[in-house]
Amino acid sequence: MSGHSVEEIRKETRVYLVIFFVLAALTAVTVGVSYLHLSTGMAIAVALMIASIKGFLVAGYFMHLLSEKKLIYSVLILTVVFFLFLMAIPFGSEYGSIGG
Amino acid sequence: MEIPYTVDARPDTGLYNGKLGIWLFLASEVMLFGALFSSLVLLRTGAESWPKGWELLNVPLATLNTFILIGSSVTVVMAWASLRLGNFNRARLYLIVTLLCGFGFMIIKGIEYGTKFSHHIYPKTSTFYSIYFVLTGLHGLHVLGGMIVFAYFILWGGKMWKSEPERFTNRIEITGLYWHFVDLVWIFLFPILYLL
Repeated sequence: MSGHSVEEIRKETRVYLVIFFVLAALTAVTVGVSYLHLSTGMAIAVALMIASIKGFLVAGYFMHLLSEKKLIYSVLILTVVFFLFLMAIPFGSEYGSIGG
Repeated sequence: MEIPYTVDARPDTGLYNGKLGIWLFLASEVMLFGALFSSLVLLRTGAESWPKGWELLNVPLATLNTFILIGSSVTVVMAWASLRLGNFNRARLYLIVTLLCGFGFMIIKGIEYGTKFSHHIYPKTSTFYSIYFVLTGLHGLHVLGGMIVFAYFILWGGKMWKSEPERFTNRIEITGLYWHFVDLVWIFLFPILYLL
């Protein structure tokens, strides 16, 4: 990244500002949707969807994951696999099926 | 002894060592917070009833904290961009704003906690509050950790800019990656704890 030209870096900073405003707008949408008092399942789905979009913007642009080296992608793919396994554990448990 | 690959990329990884190091660390952090998120799912699905976060917690303050953290993510990435443009003074200013955002976040979190404690609400009060205090407390510790690093760079660490500007720029980049991760965790914590 450090090898980029001055103009390219200036262009990047403009993208960062745009992402900031999109993130701020999505935060407002998240809070606004919570006042609609949707059903629990729908509220969780909408909140997680908006959070995932925000997460993609932060990881993709601020953390430059859209243009990273293969090794970092390999590390993160492994991380995601184990993370998903962790998140699946409750649903395979005895308690996970109660009142879910 | 000189530390290798602090600026140039290693031929086999294509990355300078600090960058690979911070990503491996962040991967372990994903598992740390992942275990707690998994616990939250287990506790919530296993409970006969679960309170609505917005009925118990201060949503406006948490929303303000979300804006503050998002703003600080921008300022830290702007600090990095300023260094790449050779402007140390502007980068330092952005780092100071980032640190102030960290202070703002912690003060608001302190107000939230203080209000709860004044109403005799503690982690032992309920399962909801126990997971709320553990998750937000651990996240707050991460914010504090980032603030200490930023304070170091603002007060002392900036000296490196004069002797090794590229190495200093890389240091700010990897600190920024950590800070963005802290922001990322909050992006999920906020709706899950406060809005659902």
